[in-house]
Amino acid sequence: MSRTNLRYGWLGTGGPPALVFVTFVGAWYGYSALVGPTERNISSPYPHAVVQTVFGDLSNLSELLKATWVTTKVASVGLLIAMAVGILFAVLMSQAKWIERSFYPYAVLLQTVPILALVPLIGLRWGFGFKSRVIVCVIISLFPIITNTLFGLKSTERGHGDLFLLHDAPRLTRLRKLHFPAALPAMFTGFRISAGLSVIGAIVGDFFFGRGEKGLGIKIRDYTNFLETEMLIGGIILSALLGIAMFQVFGFVGRAITGAWHDGA
Amino acid sequence: MTSLTSTPALTFDKVSMIFPDGTKALDQVSLTVRPGEFVSIVGPSGCGKSTVLRIASGLLNPSDGHVELDDQNIGYVFQDATLLPWRSVQKNIELFMELEGVDKETRRKNAALAIELVGLSGFEKHHPIRLSGGMRMRVSLARSLTLHPGLFLFDEPFGALDEITRERLNDELIALFLRERFGGLFITHSISEATFLSTRVLVMSDRPGRIVGDFEIPFEYPRNEELRYDPLFAELSGNISQALRDGHS
Ligand SMILES: Nc1ncnc2c1ncn2[C@@H]1O[C@H](COP(=O)(O)OP(=O)(O)O)[C@@H](O)[C@H]1O
Ligand SMILES: [Mg+2]
Repeated sequence: MSRTNLRYGWLGTGGPPALVFVTFVGAWYGYSALVGPTERNISSPYPHAVVQTVFGDLSNLSELLKATWVTTKVASVGLLIAMAVGILFAVLMSQAKWIERSFYPYAVLLQTVPILALVPLIGLRWGFGFKSRVIVCVIISLFPIITNTLFGLKSTERGHGDLFLLHDAPRLTRLRKLHFPAALPAMFTGFRISAGLSVIGAIVGDFFFGRGEKGLGIKIRDYTNFLETEMLIGGIILSALLGIAMFQVFGFVGRAITGAWHDGA
Repeated sequence: MTSLTSTPALTFDKVSMIFPDGTKALDQVSLTVRPGEFVSIVGPSGCGKSTVLRIASGLLNPSDGHVELDDQNIGYVFQDATLLPWRSVQKNIELFMELEGVDKETRRKNAALAIELVGLSGFEKHHPIRLSGGMRMRVSLARSLTLHPGLFLFDEPFGALDEITRERLNDELIALFLRERFGGLFITHSISEATFLSTRVLVMSDRPGRIVGDFEIPFEYPRNEELRYDPLFAELSGNISQALRDGHS
């Protein structure tokens, strides 16, 4: 990062994205003006109308923030479970080729079956509340954690392995002191990807499992039904911000843990 | 100081190595390293030098022949320092002791001593990524020193370093050798490095590697830089170089 910063100053970091943002908002204004000349435009309200409704009205904002908090809980619990299960399977798969060969097709299957096709079954089996929403999050975020962790565990340098073999270190010691720390950077890559996916899972789950606390997905569905387009867009913005925040948290924790010895990420 | 009567630290008796893919790496290699002896092997790249060390250390089983090791406790310094990047200098140096089940207090004490010996005081908390190539090699040396091995294997440890750092580390290695009195088996590309460090220099042929030359280096220790300009030093280096060329058929 430092090289870009040195050469382009502010242009290297914040500049280009800001320019894209301004262009985007400009185009939005243009589009809204073109489509809806009326004051309250249902299909495409002006950006300032969205800002006013969502951020200018405290009760609206708190309604959305509450839904965001519910979604955060579902996504976080789902992600934590996916991390535990994913690491466990990756560790097992790293121990023997036959274990890897046994489970890998199912990990791929988890990734390739469209989640929407599974959702009704999950609802029938585990109900239409919190539990099912968490399960959707787990399914959707498991694969990147398994593959990245497994890749990390298997990418140990041979020279490092020799150090442990020279001293007849048992398998568990090698796992703890060699393969696992070596895998940490790759694991955090997986966590970051899955953090974003888990938020998507929570919102998809909301669409189908409406019981219990209302998350962002349920609110988005409600706003659509009542044609509250400003709030709908507000919900979209908050989902995006939540995804980015979860992604950033893992970037931050990853850097805190591996930053001192691993460059990159 | 070479005690020719004592049990050899390492013996190879007609050791051959053929890898599963059919590569014949070693052909009936016999050699001995006695305690207090510092033996270097020079040979063209790919002739099987690293294979000799891997077999000596037990990382590899020979296809044929016999290997005898007096003391299972060996030091091994690889061409790249093979430090664990997530461990600090201190923790890297403690690794072998950890794997051998040495208790924490002794680990601290021995590591501090080894750090002092290789001149890394003040760098205990650094990670390898922030060290120069020469310093990484010092960490790697210190890591093996903590166990006071009877036999020390070196696989082209200074090959990637600049000439000045290399010569300085040569001096430091001699000081360590005199202090610890391990048997040394040292692999290098550099004839002058081999001559400067060793009590004996072995020459290996092209693959499959055979020992085609054995040169006694009679200079007293400690050796200093002037030795490199001694006429006998030049003559010995010339003879070794000739043997290398003859083995290169
Ligand atoms: N595990 C292996 N399988 C097959 N061939 C190998 C293996 N390890 C080394 N070799 C081959 O054996 C020869 C000697 O290797 P090595 O001992 O590393 O040479 P040197 O250290 O002298 O450069 C080389 O040709 C190398 O390619
Ligand atoms: Mg080699």
